[in-house]
Amino acid sequence: MKGPDVVWYLALAGFLFCTGALGVLIRRSPLIVLLSLEIMLNGANLALIAFSRHYAQGDGQIFALTVMAVAASEVVVGLGLIVAIARKNLDLDVDKLSTLRG
Amino acid sequence: MANVVVWAVWVVAAFACLGSGIAVVTFSNPFYSALSLIGNLASLAVLYLLLSAEFVAAAQVLVYAGAVMVMFLFVIGYLGSRADAPWAGGPSWQTVGAVLASAALFVEVIVVIGLKTSGRLSHQKPVDSVFGGPYDIGRLFLTDHLLAFEITSIVLLVAAVGGVVLGSHARETP
Repeated sequence: MKGPDVVWYLALAGFLFCTGALGVLIRRSPLIVLLSLEIMLNGANLALIAFSRHYAQGDGQIFALTVMAVAASEVVVGLGLIVAIARKNLDLDVDKLSTLRG
Repeated sequence: MANVVVWAVWVVAAFACLGSGIAVVTFSNPFYSALSLIGNLASLAVLYLLLSAEFVAAAQVLVYAGAVMVMFLFVIGYLGSRADAPWAGGPSWQTVGAVLASAALFVEVIVVIGLKTSGRLSHQKPVDSVFGGPYDIGRLFLTDHLLAFEITSIVLLVAAVGGVVLGSHARETP
């Protein structure tokens, strides 16, 4: 059973990463910024697992699992912040949330 | 024959992955974006299975598509219509610049992959059936990568405490 080479997976991972970066840059809802961050993390995970399969060593999968745990923690803190912002009746818009400045 | 089937599954999963990724970015309703992200994570799990990373695929479905996305959908439902921030309502040069920047990033990635890996990454090493299973992952986590395992537990504990602190602080100051 011979599937696509690791290069195809790397191209797909690069495209996913750039899609997530585009979402982080152009969207203004912090919820969708978080969702796009998840896409970026998953692109990186796909590259790690593709190299792990290519070199037949499990260390890349360990790294990917650690990235998953960090992503889960990031979502917890990010959603907590968004809920706290919404309870103060502020606009959920990353361009308007600038009160920390100065 | 098996080769063709693997390629077909790969193409279907890759295009589902790309399409749902673009859908996450372009849907104006965050609820539909979160649903598209579930499709993205599921097709990524299929790709992980093709890379014989069975345990990571299972963890992807359980942790990401299960726990994390349920939390996302819960918060989107809790916020209701306030979650609908304007779609790229800023100046249009910002949108154009963002599209150009991410396209440039993609071109850079592809050029680097093409220059550095051409022909050198075509020979995959064979793996046995243990590779990527729970036994292999558990052995690596408890021998070579014990520090990462322990630090992950601390990170999760800190995140849980942070979530509780953020939630309770918001309740005290209405």
